[in-house]
Formats: sequence, C-alpha cells, structure tokens
Amino acid sequence: MAQSIASGSSSNGLGYSSKREIATEELVVEKSGGKAGGKGEDELEIRIEFGGGLHLLFSQQPRHTVHLPRHTPSPAASSDPSPEPTASEAADNHPATMRDLIRHMKRTILSEREEMFGEGDGVRPGILVLINDADWELEGELEYELKDRDEVVFISTLHGG
Amino acid sequence: MAPTPCQLCHTARALVKRPKTGQQVCKTCFFEVFETEVHNTIVEGNGIFRRGERVAIGASGGKDSTVLAHVLTMLNHRYDYGLDLFLLSIDEGITGYRDDSLETVKQNQVEYGLPLKILSYNDLYGWTMDRIVEQVGRRNNCTFCGVFRRQALDRGAAQLAVDHIVTGHNADDIAETVLMNIMRGDVARLGRCTAVTTQSEDTIKRSKPFKYAYEKEIVMYAYFKKLTYFSTECIYSPDAYRGHARVFLKDLEAIRPSAIIDIIHSGESFVLDQNTQKGMKAMQTCLRCGYMSSNDLCKACALLQGLESGMDRSALHQKQGGDTAAPSGHRTIPKYERHAHVPVSAEAGGGAEGIDTPLKALAIS
Repeated sequence: MAQSIASGSSSNGLGYSSKREIATEELVVEKSGGKAGGKGEDELEIRIEFGGGLHLLFSQQPRHTVHLPRHTPSPAASSDPSPEPTASEAADNHPATMRDLIRHMKRTILSEREEMFGEGDGVRPGILVLINDADWELEGELEYELKDRDEVVFISTLHGG
Repeated sequence: MAPTPCQLCHTARALVKRPKTGQQVCKTCFFEVFETEVHNTIVEGNGIFRRGERVAIGASGGKDSTVLAHVLTMLNHRYDYGLDLFLLSIDEGITGYRDDSLETVKQNQVEYGLPLKILSYNDLYGWTMDRIVEQVGRRNNCTFCGVFRRQALDRGAAQLAVDHIVTGHNADDIAETVLMNIMRGDVARLGRCTAVTTQSEDTIKRSKPFKYAYEKEIVMYAYFKKLTYFSTECIYSPDAYRGHARVFLKDLEAIRPSAIIDIIHSGESFVLDQNTQKGMKAMQTCLRCGYMSSNDLCKACALLQGLESGMDRSALHQKQGGDTAAPSGHRTIPKYERHAHVPVSAEAGGGAEGIDTPLKALAIS
C-alpha cells in the first residue's frame, strides 16, 4: 500500500520514496539453495528494482537481489513437450536470459497477483523494463543474456497520472 | 550484444527506443527530443499560451503531472513564454492515497518554486470520497469523483484567478478516451476529446501539452531525471471501463507502437455533422451553483443532493425537475464565480448573477 514520504527520502524517478535505509539494510536477498544469500560460482547475482507501484506485488520491497544459475536447461531438457530441435549436447544448457530471470522471479519473489506482472513468458504490456539503465527493447528483451551484477528495473505504467 | 549508437548524435550509446518513431536515442538526445516535441505542441498553430497568462498545472503527484510541472517550468524559461505558473491540487479525501500523493506535490512545490493551492472535496462539497464510498459503495464511486474533480479544478482555478489550466493527460490517455467514446457512441465527446485546448465561453481554458507524449516516454523521462513522483493505485474500485480500454490499447501498442498516435489522429479527423451538433443540448449555467451545465442542475449539484438525501446509486439517475432550490437542511456547493485575471469578455461571471442573492440565503455551508 501507500508509503508516506519520510524526511530522509530521496528522488529516484520510480514512483516511490526511497528511504535511505532501504538502500542499505532492507535490500531483500533471496536465499537460494540454503546458502543464506551467498552466491555460488555457477550463479549470477542480479539486482532488481521495481517502480510505478510494482513493488506491491513483491512483498512491498522495491529492491531485491536474486541469484540465478548461469546456465539453464533448455526446454528440450525440461518437460516442454514441443522442444526446439536440439542436435548437439551443448543445446541442453543455455546461458541465463531475461526469460529465465522472469520465470525465476515469478517462482521465488512474486508474492501476489501474478497476472499484474507476467503475461506468457514475459511481462504484461505497459510494464517498462530497463537493463543496466537501457530500454530492454534495445537489448533483445527476453533473449538478453544476463551477466553477473546486471541491474534490472521494472516500472509499471498501468495506473496513476 | 554490442551497444547501439544513438541515431541522432551518432556518438553516445542509445538507451531508449522511442515508441512513436522506433528511433534509438541516447539519454541526452531523448531529453532534447521529448522537450522539443512538447514545445512544438505548445506553439503549434496559434499556440496554446498567451504571454502573461496565469496558468495552473493540475497536479496529482503522479508521473504525468510531475513531469509536466518539471518540463513546463523549464520550457517557460528556455523559450520565454512569459507564464505565471501555479500548482493546483485536489484533495479528494481518500486516506492512504491522496494524502500521500499530496506530500509529493508539496515537494514539487519546493523543487520548482511554484505556488501551490490545494482544494478539498470536503471544503467544497462537505463530503470526502471516503464518506461517499461509505454511503454509495464501491460501484460507481468513480462517477462522483470524476464529476467533483472536474468542477473542483475549475473552482480552484477561479480562486487562483488563473486564465488557463493545463493537465498531464498523455497520448495514451487521449487514445483511450477516443476508444471509450467510440464504444459508448458519445459523438459530442468524441468530437472534442482530441483537442489540445478546450474552452467554452464560461469555462476556464484547458490544455493538454502532453497530448502527443507517449506514456512510456514520460515514465522514462521521470526515471532518467530522477523526478519525485508518487505511484499508488486508488484504493477504491478503478474506473473499470477505462481499464478495459487501457489494457486493449497496451496490447495494440505491443504489436504496433504507432497505434496510439494513429488512434489520436483518427479522433482528430472526426468531424461532427452541423445538424447533429445543433440538435444537442445547449450549455447553460446551473441554477443552483452557477457552474456550466446542460440541465437546470449541474451534475455535481444533482449528485450532492442525492448524497444529502441519503440516496445511494439513485443519485446517478437523478431526475432533473423544475425544483432548483436545494431541500432545506442540505449542504450546497458555493456559488461558482470566475475572478478573471484579465477581463476575458464583458459577460465574465455575469451570466448567473440574477439568482445569486436568493440562493445565498438557502446555502447552509
């Protein structure tokens, strides 16, 4: 729900007041594999920030850090019944992409109303995505291959004016 | 993927793909084209502003009006429009929604050095939205809010003695409205909803400088400029009808981004047949409060009378009888008077003077 603007708030252009402590202490680190937030060698650390009220769907937290496997089994290796042709063994794993990140987010940190965030493999029309401050439409959208410490911002434009 | 160079300056890295043109531009060029396009909307034709005009920016604390306050303050300096700018906010009385966003407006007031006026439903109508929802329920409460807000903006503007109200309606909003008016068959509104400026003889001029600005670019602009805005959903039921139009439009935009501007263009090309226009109701002033109205009582007075009588949804279908005096004991809306800064015309504020005195005696609040 709504937050009040604390005196220590700063502008972030994201439609919520970022109180100072959020940046330092309230960063939600998703615990992966019982390693209490630690990142394994084969994992990517991705920082996520929500704007335009989207944080309401993610435990009310505007900032999250998630750890994602560097490689994800391709659909062929999973239960997908209509796999792409996978000739070589290398195709069994692919480097983690935005598609994998969004799937991971839905599974781990999305706390409510999935239909307000996701649609199909991607995000709902009207949600802007920036990867390291660039419009994801310039970065290949769902096909973008994530790098360690990438920063991804999701901003909803769906209400308020 | 190699970084794409900006298609305008060919040096910096492109960070935004413009929905209107597909152009890939860097941050600096994006600011430049965004601001220049708003300036072009402002000066196109005869221009929407007059030098020396007092202009109120309808400010909600949300993204559109925050970016508008920022851009208009800047353009007023850059191009020397010679405008006196004000912030005008309406407090609907929605706890946990408007009270928080008004804090943002107060921050904007400081950042841009603009005088701020806040007018509340409670002062004006004697009812907050919280209390209205308590009485009428969540269905249809948007009708009350919409009718009351429109009038409140005009009244606030009259109190500030401004000549002109600008609002943050963007291209997406206008395209939505075109779709809604087509689906509702509302030809009168369809005819005027795409106009950058609307004015009838007894209303304060209203303009939409963001008429051609895509919502995506407004949000990107706020993000890159790190502007303070507030974003929460209204806690009462959203305008469901607009919601449908909005989702549909966003789906269209995903397939073809120019759809938004194309729909606005269609709306602009629509011409209302002269005979049809003649057959429509002429505007008059509300016999109770003096605000413009197509009936003896304006919508706000009719809705208020319903609330005061303890009615619920029936207030929406209020019969317009000949009885224009409020039932005794009912609160009424203060008389609408325009304090024009420059005398707009000889009849400014004069239209309803004859009934002013008897009604004052009836007004309770």
